[in-house]
Amino acid sequence: MTARVAIVGAGPAGAFAADRLLRARGDVEIDLFERLPTPWGLLRAGVAPDHQEIKRLDETFDEQTLRRGCRFFGNVEVGVDITHQDLMSHYSAVIYATGAQTDKSLGIPGEDLPGSRPATEFVAWYNGHPDYRDLEFDLSARRAVVIGNGNVAADVTRMLTLSPDELARTDVADHALDVLRQSRVEEVVVLGRRGPAQAAFTSAELRELGRMDGVDLRVDPAEVELDPLSARWLDEDGTFTARKNVELLREFAAREPRAEAPRTIVLRFLRSPVEIRGEGRVEAIDIRRNEIVRADDGTLRPRPVDDDLETIECGLVLRSVGYRAVPLPGVPFDERSFILPNDRGRVLTPDGKPLPGVYAVGWIKRGPTGILGTNKRDAEETVTRLAEDLAAGACPAPPNRGRAQIDALLADRQSDLVTVDAWRAIDARELEAGLQQERPRVKLASREELLAAAAGAGT
Amino acid sequence: MTYVIAGSCIKDDSCVEVCPVDCIHPKPGAPDFETAEQLYIDPDECIDCDACVEACPVDAIFPDFDVPEKFAYALELNAEFFAEASTADRTRTAA
Repeated sequence: MTARVAIVGAGPAGAFAADRLLRARGDVEIDLFERLPTPWGLLRAGVAPDHQEIKRLDETFDEQTLRRGCRFFGNVEVGVDITHQDLMSHYSAVIYATGAQTDKSLGIPGEDLPGSRPATEFVAWYNGHPDYRDLEFDLSARRAVVIGNGNVAADVTRMLTLSPDELARTDVADHALDVLRQSRVEEVVVLGRRGPAQAAFTSAELRELGRMDGVDLRVDPAEVELDPLSARWLDEDGTFTARKNVELLREFAAREPRAEAPRTIVLRFLRSPVEIRGEGRVEAIDIRRNEIVRADDGTLRPRPVDDDLETIECGLVLRSVGYRAVPLPGVPFDERSFILPNDRGRVLTPDGKPLPGVYAVGWIKRGPTGILGTNKRDAEETVTRLAEDLAAGACPAPPNRGRAQIDALLADRQSDLVTVDAWRAIDARELEAGLQQERPRVKLASREELLAAAAGAGT
Repeated sequence: MTYVIAGSCIKDDSCVEVCPVDCIHPKPGAPDFETAEQLYIDPDECIDCDACVEACPVDAIFPDFDVPEKFAYALELNAEFFAEASTADRTRTAA
């Protein structure tokens, strides 16, 4: 009997898992469930529009999964349209690849004032994620503050400072392009609570910030001077990236200011936000200076130097301090690590035993770390366990094992099911519109538009 | 000549799998693999065979004479990674 496997979440982790599983076991049938009408998760809704070369990975995902017979069930949310139990009664195994859908909070006063938002929402908005298209970002003040020092912080900083003409050549969502064209933001201040040696940017992202057209990148030379602990760490244990970052930041700090540049990015280090303030909406942020100290566990951490506050006036705050996963109905969840408790991909019950037939891959398995390719090795690990369990007969036999049974259930639960053909109709529509406007694609950014295009498939 | 990997690398290790002379590092399993932001090609070992270019799903690999301007830094960066690695003995022993 052919084993049938459901993968929940058609982002990079789900796509790599499907690919690895087909390589490991050519005889399995895979159904890819996705709550959006479109596949590829953060490749579509996360990767910045000016990084089109990376979005090209969608062709590989398509070839390695959908073109090899994986079925796509889009616009189906597990836990809402169908349950975990429904899946368990139709599949030998279920792999959760649902990622980390919400953001970490800062825990400071004023965090939720209008005008202060998670950077991840801004990302989803400019990338045309249908759940975020109606958000409003007020770009009428001349200064914005980005909190965080990772690649999402770098992405949103670029998006706030790229010229509208450059943006217009990308697949940025049209509703976002309209707002960004009217933007009055002239300066973006990026706050890192630790020093230059600890910045989480890749050197590629940092380098990019330093070479944008029409942007003056400013770094205070005093803030890139390393404290003795960081200098020693960099010398003895620093990664190639950390050394490159410090080198780049020193180079930026030594540059002559470009007064003629219409927009400015200011990178600040050793600064923590203390409070976001304003009458009814964001007007300013108070920050405090940190120093680097060695914590008990040996890591280098920031500690406030004194109680002195510096106030930065701004009209927008984007908080980029990390993603966080949310629990899935009917499946164990580790409330401290925000992942599915698992052993190399086998999901575990609260008493630490494998939950037969349930697996995890990607951010919901390991937490929100790593880059796209990291998911390939992660998927390999999970699929190895699954293949072992299938070979050993350790996955429970589902009572409804035929394709027809899940198809009937889905027809009953979701009348707007988006199949592979329906997704191809959406894709063709977007690419065709892109061709006409000399853009990589023009995204349909609401569920209504997406489903209307999907219906054009005649399915 | 040599091929070079640009910063658009996603660390999908398809290139490592196809390289006939093992000149792309760090490799999965090497101590610095997880912290590396991208993979690099050793210009002293590369035999210009083009296999990695074919394998890369995001077209992040270029021949040294044809690197797009925005990735021009990559030539020096790839070489530098190996210059550092050989002094620090970081990469290849464990790969």
